[in-house]
Amino acid sequence: MSYLELLKLAFPEVIVVISALVVLAIGLISRQGTAVAGVSSAKPPTRATGTAAGADWCSLGAALGVVIAIAAVLMLPRNASLFGGMLVITPLTSLFKIICLVLAFFTVCLARSEKSLRHPGEYLAIILFATVGLMLLVGSEELLMIFIGLELLGLSLYVMAAFDKTDVRSAEAGLKYFLFGSTSSAFTLFGISLIYGMSGSTGLAAISEKLAAAPAQPLVATGIIMTLIGFAFKIAAAPFHLWAPDAYQGAPIPSAAFIASGSKVASFVVLGKIVLVGFGPVHGSSAWHAMAAGWSPILAVLAALSILIGNLVALAQTNVRRLLAYSAVAHAGYTLLGLVAGGRDGFSATLFYATVYALTLVGAFGVVAVVRSETGGDDVKNFSGLAAQAPLLAACMAIFMFSLAGIPPLAGFFGKFYLFSAALRVGGNHGLLWLVGLALFGSFVSLYYYLIVLKAIFIDPPSGTAPVLDHVSSDLLQRITVTVLAAAILFFGIMPDILASRILAAMP
Amino acid sequence: MIAWTIYITFAGAVLLLLFPGVFARWITLLTTIAGLALGVVAFVSTPIADLAHFTTIVKVPWVPLLGMNYHLAIDGVSLTMVLVTGISAVSTALFSWDVDHRQREFFFWLLLVVGGCYGVFLSADLFLFFAFYELVIVPKYFLIAIFGSTNKEYGAMKLTLYSFFGGMLVFAGILVVYVTAGSLDLNQLAQFHFNPQLQSWAFPVLFLGFAVLAGIWPLHTWAPTGHVAAPTAGSMLLAGIVMKLGSYAGLRVAMNVFPEGFQIWSKWIAALAVIGIVYAAAVALRQRDLKFVIGYSSVSHMGFVLLGLATANALGVSGAVLQMFSHGVIAALLFAVAGRMLYRRTHTRELDALSGMNLSRALPFAAFTFVIASAASMGIPGFSGFAAEITILIGAWKTYPIAVWIIGVGMVLTAAFTLRALVKSFFSEVRVQAGRVSTDTDWNEQSITLAEKCGACLLMFATLAVGLYPKLLLDRIMPAVEAMRFLK
Repeated sequence: MSYLELLKLAFPEVIVVISALVVLAIGLISRQGTAVAGVSSAKPPTRATGTAAGADWCSLGAALGVVIAIAAVLMLPRNASLFGGMLVITPLTSLFKIICLVLAFFTVCLARSEKSLRHPGEYLAIILFATVGLMLLVGSEELLMIFIGLELLGLSLYVMAAFDKTDVRSAEAGLKYFLFGSTSSAFTLFGISLIYGMSGSTGLAAISEKLAAAPAQPLVATGIIMTLIGFAFKIAAAPFHLWAPDAYQGAPIPSAAFIASGSKVASFVVLGKIVLVGFGPVHGSSAWHAMAAGWSPILAVLAALSILIGNLVALAQTNVRRLLAYSAVAHAGYTLLGLVAGGRDGFSATLFYATVYALTLVGAFGVVAVVRSETGGDDVKNFSGLAAQAPLLAACMAIFMFSLAGIPPLAGFFGKFYLFSAALRVGGNHGLLWLVGLALFGSFVSLYYYLIVLKAIFIDPPSGTAPVLDHVSSDLLQRITVTVLAAAILFFGIMPDILASRILAAMP
Repeated sequence: MIAWTIYITFAGAVLLLLFPGVFARWITLLTTIAGLALGVVAFVSTPIADLAHFTTIVKVPWVPLLGMNYHLAIDGVSLTMVLVTGISAVSTALFSWDVDHRQREFFFWLLLVVGGCYGVFLSADLFLFFAFYELVIVPKYFLIAIFGSTNKEYGAMKLTLYSFFGGMLVFAGILVVYVTAGSLDLNQLAQFHFNPQLQSWAFPVLFLGFAVLAGIWPLHTWAPTGHVAAPTAGSMLLAGIVMKLGSYAGLRVAMNVFPEGFQIWSKWIAALAVIGIVYAAAVALRQRDLKFVIGYSSVSHMGFVLLGLATANALGVSGAVLQMFSHGVIAALLFAVAGRMLYRRTHTRELDALSGMNLSRALPFAAFTFVIASAASMGIPGFSGFAAEITILIGAWKTYPIAVWIIGVGMVLTAAFTLRALVKSFFSEVRVQAGRVSTDTDWNEQSITLAEKCGACLLMFATLAVGLYPKLLLDRIMPAVEAMRFLK
């Protein structure tokens, strides 16, 4: 196998890395021009006029790199595999590489509008590195490579969360995310080592064969649980969700959006591959009257806890970003339902839901960014009166919230139907009805807190204590990004087949 | 062609967002009139024989992956409901003529409710049906919370959460149906045999979910609160058509899909319905706020619908459908008088305050309308309420004779609270001490506008026409009901 072939198959990743380096260089060059001005003034330079042009070039470079990478993914062969599964190309990996790149693109758009960020070049480069992490995660069927992808993604995200050095909350977010993240990475690595010790291989297919031959061993169970912990952390499933509220609230908004979207989608893809392909033989069962040991009951418990804790704690939140964080916990629970069910249907329902959820959250964070830049805060009361000042943004936020709550004709509604029906179909005799019932109860509860946000936007007059939203001067790019995302949610709600059938067709 | 009711309504909703606010009410009026006209044309032109079965009008694959179709169908029951939706919608648009702030939003939400209702009544695919059903919930929240009065945010939230709670039960029920039968086509599902054990627990889940929206007794409390908090148009739509979604869905989906489950639970439904009729009438007798009286009377009248459904014979169920039509018209008329004609001018709905105002002389047209509406509501022969309730009672006599006796008491109570409200609001000669009611300052003696007159006349015409010649609708409803599975 020649390196040329490796280069060819990893071409999208290579493009993203190169564009990251280019962006970094542009950032460096445009900073040098203003360094003198920065030294002479007492205050640190907050994106002086000289660097604004540089920031534009950086954003353009990053966006261009992502777009070219999408084109490159489209040129890849349909199926290929390198180094025993380290780099795999299947329709599924290609589809989700594109989805991750699209999410990265929107994140870059959000970052472009984020005025408080200094060093935009570095920030954008880190987003692109994180994107490479996502692509490696999605495109691998080998535990070591998955771990490397996970770490590349994780380290980039820690930096992104802590990027706003002037804000103590951002530092807190970064530190918490890092501490929880590194601990859970350690668990995952330990789990992988146990599984390797048992099966003698790190390739998912090989592990599956070994597990089928000798299923019931305490060592395997320990290994599986440890591995799952790492992913439960990434998708913010309770009880491994404790980092999420602080990270969502404290991190710069594009970082939070990326943590909530790209990182989640890729984690669900790879988690699904690990449990359904690698651990396939020890599926177990989580049907009410036929519980059997395996990873499925573990995920079922995680899902149940996430739905309950996420929804109930979200009820008490007054800050929109914390509210989104707890609702993210709940949504992780819903999304896990498809994996608990297993099978092609379950997996594709999970991926559909995760994708739609990611698009929704990027959009919601876009609206939060506008409100934050206008009022300096992102509490629910800061949103009051938004509908009168910026009807378009308010309408978009309504679409995002209702999609999360599962109101037709938005994508979240179809996603829930797809997910729950897939979950109910397995196990025979409605074995998973208990979990589906819990999820439905959770959605019922969730409507309340989504309505609270919308009540502030559409009904409450601007309150005396909160800064008045007298006129919203969001820039054009931000508005376009948010509107495009809202339109996508509406479109995938009315025409879900376009995405859902593609995902199902890409399933192995 | 009847399918265009849905498209026109949603198109109108989008269209009015593109024009300045002053055009919104005209666009709404034209849209709703077009919807009603389509309904009337379908009513006149469709041969009665074609309405005996749930006949497909449109069927396009939507999500082939999950077997979902964009599938609309019509039979006599659907057509009746489409017609009452059209009538309510037009009169609602007329009675909202004076909405003066955030007009575009108001009429947008209004048209979404109307469009969603058309969609529910015409859907023949369970997923499509449920999508329209849930779609109606959200606009109600905004209509009430933005444009309402009296504790509006509480009322709006309560109503929305109750509806959504019911929606989640329905969601669970629909998932079970879909996963078990593997189909979403209502006509196919009506032939599928579910095992009786499943029916015995799935039916109550599904039916209760729908019944929440229909205001079944222990879960009815959202209705009076919501009706009172809602703006006039909201109350008219809520009581007029949205509550009917619940009972229609119970009939079309729950009872048709799970006939054996229905057999097991029908007596319990009847019991709750009877309690609801009597209880709500008794509560209405004690209310001080005119809108609360009407709100509880809606619960009481919806009790008749549920009782009619629970009789499980063709006569009772047809009566229930007729009652859905009749109550849709009458409730809209009552709320129009209380919320719009009186409240707009007197700024109070307190019966005690109204009784000092001598309104029958000040607002003769309003008084006339309210007398007609009260008579129809009490079930005086000649109005649609009588035709519907007597049909239900005859049906119920065959199945639950005791219930009919108890309801006799309820009907006396209904007459009592209606007359009390009527006398206190319009015909009271009692002079409250001077100064207690500041009639001079609040009292804003506008005459009844043309829009209000048109709306009221449309509704009065509907209740009289059906009251004098119920066969007009019953001829179309009966065959459709008789073709339903649970009667076989």
